[in-house]
Amino acid sequence: MTVTELLSYEDALAAYDPVMGLEVHVELGTRTKMFCGCSTELGAEPNSQVCPTCLGLPGSLPVVNRTGVESAIKIGLALNCEIAQWCRFARKNYFYPDMPKNFQTSQYDEPIAYNGYLDVALEDGEVFRVEIERAHMEEDTGKSTHVGGATGRIHGASHSLLDYNRAGIPLIEIVTKPIEGAGARAPEVARAYVAELRELIKALGVSEARMEMGQMRCDVNLSLRPHGQKTFGTRSETKNVNSLRSVERAARFEVQRHAAVLSSGGTIVQETRHFHEEDGSTTSGRIKEEAEDYRYFPEPDLVPVAPPREWVEELRAGLPELPRLRRKRLQEEWGIADHEMQSVLNAGALDLILATIAEGADATAARKWWMGELARHANESGVELAAVPITPAQVARVAALVAAGDLNDKLARQVIEGVLAGEGGPDEVVDARGLKVVSDEGALGAAVDDAIAANGAIADKIRGGNLAAAGALIGAVMKATRGQADAKRVRELVLEKLGVQG
Amino acid sequence: MTEIIKLTAAQTAEKIASGELTAVEVAEAHLARIEAVDEKVHAFLHIDREGALAQARAVDAKRAAGEPLGPLAGVPLAMKDIFTTEGVPTTVGSKILEGWIPPYDSTVTRKLKAADVVILGKTNMDEFAMGSSTENSAYGPTGNPWDLTRIPGGSGGGSAAALAAYEAPLALGTDTGGSIRQPAAVTGTVGVKPTYGGVSRYGMVAFSSSLDQGGPCARTVLDAALLHEAIGGHDPLDSTSIDAPVPPVVEAARSGDVRGMRIGVVKELGGEGYQPGVVQRFEESVEVLRGLGAEVVEISCPSFVYALAAYYLIAPSECSSNLARFDAMRYGLRVGDDGTKSAEEVTALTREAGFGPEVKRRIILGTYALSSGYYDAYYGSAQKVRTLITRDFEKAFEQVDVLVSPTTPTTAFPLGERVDDPLAMYLVDLCTIPVNLAGNAAMSLPCGLAPEDGLPVGLQIIAPALKDDRLYRVGAAVEAAFVKKWGHALLEEAPQL
Repeated sequence: MTVTELLSYEDALAAYDPVMGLEVHVELGTRTKMFCGCSTELGAEPNSQVCPTCLGLPGSLPVVNRTGVESAIKIGLALNCEIAQWCRFARKNYFYPDMPKNFQTSQYDEPIAYNGYLDVALEDGEVFRVEIERAHMEEDTGKSTHVGGATGRIHGASHSLLDYNRAGIPLIEIVTKPIEGAGARAPEVARAYVAELRELIKALGVSEARMEMGQMRCDVNLSLRPHGQKTFGTRSETKNVNSLRSVERAARFEVQRHAAVLSSGGTIVQETRHFHEEDGSTTSGRIKEEAEDYRYFPEPDLVPVAPPREWVEELRAGLPELPRLRRKRLQEEWGIADHEMQSVLNAGALDLILATIAEGADATAARKWWMGELARHANESGVELAAVPITPAQVARVAALVAAGDLNDKLARQVIEGVLAGEGGPDEVVDARGLKVVSDEGALGAAVDDAIAANGAIADKIRGGNLAAAGALIGAVMKATRGQADAKRVRELVLEKLGVQG
Repeated sequence: MTEIIKLTAAQTAEKIASGELTAVEVAEAHLARIEAVDEKVHAFLHIDREGALAQARAVDAKRAAGEPLGPLAGVPLAMKDIFTTEGVPTTVGSKILEGWIPPYDSTVTRKLKAADVVILGKTNMDEFAMGSSTENSAYGPTGNPWDLTRIPGGSGGGSAAALAAYEAPLALGTDTGGSIRQPAAVTGTVGVKPTYGGVSRYGMVAFSSSLDQGGPCARTVLDAALLHEAIGGHDPLDSTSIDAPVPPVVEAARSGDVRGMRIGVVKELGGEGYQPGVVQRFEESVEVLRGLGAEVVEISCPSFVYALAAYYLIAPSECSSNLARFDAMRYGLRVGDDGTKSAEEVTALTREAGFGPEVKRRIILGTYALSSGYYDAYYGSAQKVRTLITRDFEKAFEQVDVLVSPTTPTTAFPLGERVDDPLAMYLVDLCTIPVNLAGNAAMSLPCGLAPEDGLPVGLQIIAPALKDDRLYRVGAAVEAAFVKKWGHALLEEAPQL
């Protein structure tokens, strides 16, 4: 395997301006397939969720899934698109064994939604507008498993297995207009766009959009042009980039690869490329010697889709609060700064904090624990925040114990540490480790008396009005109670016993 | 036995309902007739003796139990081998589906079974319904019962021949450019292409989706109406199926009153190139209609001259996509799968061996017509012609209730005469194609024998979309007038087989 020449990212950007196009396929979470009544449930026995229509048997015909159209319109509306008054399906003709009819029922020049945009926030809070070309409806293909080869690709395989359960599952393909002007931030924009789109799809409830399950798949098209040039360079199409991190890496790799080729006087070949998770590289797939001719024509087996305006408006009115607006609202409610909100998002803490609030914690406490103790733990152990072994309900319980005065911050941190160590829920850790604030006034009073007796000079300073000296006595009491006292109460007792007004 | 096979479907159903005949007797009579003559006619590709007798026995049991019987209960039917039948082979006249046993019934099959119709078997056809003579069948041609050396029409030659040979009183066809009407015309039988969307296409193997339409074939107008009613109506499995009740076709066939109706003779469908005997019989039919109290006017449909050209772009284009699924992967023929060849090679070898020359010709034509850079000039222009033809019809139907023309320019020609001349073969459908392009309804029924060759001539009646009942009203009137004039049905003049 030849090593791909790369230019350093900085040098690449110094010489060239990247232009991207992102194509995202979203598998809709409809109960049945796009053109027949077969189940879309994942994980079933191969070829158990098929019928004459999704197998493309002679004589079979498609019928459009209304929920599929509804989901497409919702996505279109959420992406600020215009919704077609009248549109048709089209046949995209090409041969592949996992495509039962050897044409894909898709949409061509009459997409259901077109001309929209999505505002995406970058890590520093800068908002970048990504223009949307179109969102159209189509069906998924079956799944080929190539057996006996080294790579799992068809090349070198001894045979292939075909599973048509996926054939006919509704897909929405969302295509951006050329993304220009992102400069060095292009890979970051790509990632932020896909992330924002995923949030949007989830908020609409039309798909779980789980990239690791293939429910959302991204193609990254990228080209470079010298700074100041208007026309686009030749693009490469990196297919099936299936995580947010990979989207960013693929774009970055292609910027560096294109730059290396162009700066050494070479030309970019228009081709599809495969992305490799292991090292973030791409390799050449199929070279498109000439534009593939799909011989599109309007699907004669389906009547046109003409969504009534009242229906579209009804769907518009029923759209949920969109993720970016929801974040803005929460930020205002919580009264936090842009950069604080951005750290919450970057840490992947938003849903966790909201879940913790839903379990009864107040917003400040929920944010404090997730962004403090727990974020640190995630960082140290190198896992996503959501993967830290504590539930929002448990965090809420810790917060409740603190609010009730049963724990102070120091003890609360120990409780969380216990939960993370697998010692059980907050209450179990409290019991097992004996972590309770000393609330027995008698015992606490005795400890204060002891501290005053042992530190006569300090006690005199306090009596003399030097309230700052109280800290030393409080510290002594906390030490004597192994930190299990409520520091605020200790201070009150010290001042009270010395006859000083706090 | 002779008596039974010569009964109409309506009479047969009546005699079964009254107990005069059992459904099993009727089925056996037809199976015996098939055994006696089909070696010569070759109307059938597959005879489902067991299935037919089982269905007949079920009808007799129903009657014995006092259950109500439908208007076609126990009546035998010959089904074009393009409708899927669960557990019974369906080949579409092609080698590529040889041995395929469909796992499901077409909607039409399901409706016929529910109506207690006895399906005798599957009939011969031009491969994938592409042809006008049934000579493109991969399983050999069908003979015309009027003269076994001549074509029975196509693509539904098997169904039409089965009717004319008294092998069945009812048959099913599909009509993409004339495949029901032209065989009816050349065999002296009745065939109807319903309004597009009037009969479900679910389970009807597609040739050209926007043109294909299943419909009834019979020996009388009333029988066709009874079958039309049984198979018509909305089907949620076919999104192009019309969500409206079946037009009152049976009522219309029983009325047969054309007094005060306005009938248009299409100027462009006649004249030069038409066989004199065909023109003569057509003109007589027009006189008959006038005599029955209809008002006859001449109508011009100027865009019809482009119909054939548009059809031969649209139909091949759609077929090139519809037939792409025959790739040897999931069903049907598989050639060359010896473990050394790639999937692409096996597909290529299978298609080479499995598709006949006419099918290949149309796939190539259609693939070319849809290609990028040619789409607008070919498929795009053809669709515009289609719109113009539809407008011609709309204008015509502002003036008249139905249009009439000869069904086909000539009577049945000898087998083999046009097999090497596709263009001459395509001209056979000159008069029938405009109807498919516009999606409205049409019927062919016998209007006599051409004096020069003694072969049947068909009269075509064309109605606006959803007004299929007008076909039956006019058809029944013409049929009654001719039977009265001749003293018998035209088929009585066919030679003994």
